[in-house]
Amino acid sequence: MGPMVGALRPSERAALRQLARNELPRLYALARRLGGVDPEDLVQESLLRACRSFGSLRDLQAGPKWLTTILTNTWRDWLRKDLREPDEVPVEEDGPFSLYRTIEEEDPYPYSDTLHVDVLGAFSEHDVREVLQRVPPRYRVALVLRYIEGYSTTEVAEMLERPPGTVMSQLHRARHRFEREMWDYAGESGLLVGAAAGEGRGQREVGS
Amino acid sequence: MTPPIGCGEAVRRLWEFLDGGLDAADHRQVEQHLAWCLRCCGEVAFARELRGLLRTRTGITLPDDVRNRMEHFIDELGEETEERSRP
Repeated sequence: MGPMVGALRPSERAALRQLARNELPRLYALARRLGGVDPEDLVQESLLRACRSFGSLRDLQAGPKWLTTILTNTWRDWLRKDLREPDEVPVEEDGPFSLYRTIEEEDPYPYSDTLHVDVLGAFSEHDVREVLQRVPPRYRVALVLRYIEGYSTTEVAEMLERPPGTVMSQLHRARHRFEREMWDYAGESGLLVGAAAGEGRGQREVGS
Repeated sequence: MTPPIGCGEAVRRLWEFLDGGLDAADHRQVEQHLAWCLRCCGEVAFARELRGLLRTRTGITLPDDVRNRMEHFIDELGEETEERSRP
């Protein structure tokens, strides 16, 4: 039988609460970025699970990563069905898309010397968050843990309980999918409308 | 001497190259390709920008009302009662 919630010693309880308080903003942001569920519910459930398995945390220094793993696993449990569902875009179409080359070919800022940087500059924080949510959950989780949370591929593999090679290919597809969604989103929301007319963007000086 | 690779292969390995995730031989092939292919150098610079954008333009702030509720929740974390509901 696992330890009961109430079985924590007062010192352990205080340590867990302190850890949870310190990590709260990051956990909430992580829950929002993973998406698809109520972020507050996800953080609460994760903290309850953390409470139940506090005995498995040997080193408090490892607490932030430990909480990330618990939250990610809770999210995966909740989204299990969505994570299994086949992607509406066939896998082989995920590979070849290159945002860099698409921008070059479509040339939305014909008067710009810094075409690619200008296109990225058109995306606000809101836009990038929206694009991230359009990436299917099983790819999104890899992008979030690797490129936003900054864990190594090996650490992400441990967290997701997958072989590193699987995570590498998951990341590969995730990046192409993210690039494709950026381009589609820009088109649908008119982000680059008016770009061809100049409207100042092309004049911007951008360092290399 | 490692055999040369084309743009398609170089681009396919780009993010892994930036992540240091390629083995030595594959890494060297991409480096050799980048030594003469300006277009792929542009791809590398763009991939760096895109990674930076993911990191810096997905900021999320904890709203005050959520913080208040969550801190209350944390204050009771580890008490005897396992079942709890949001206040």
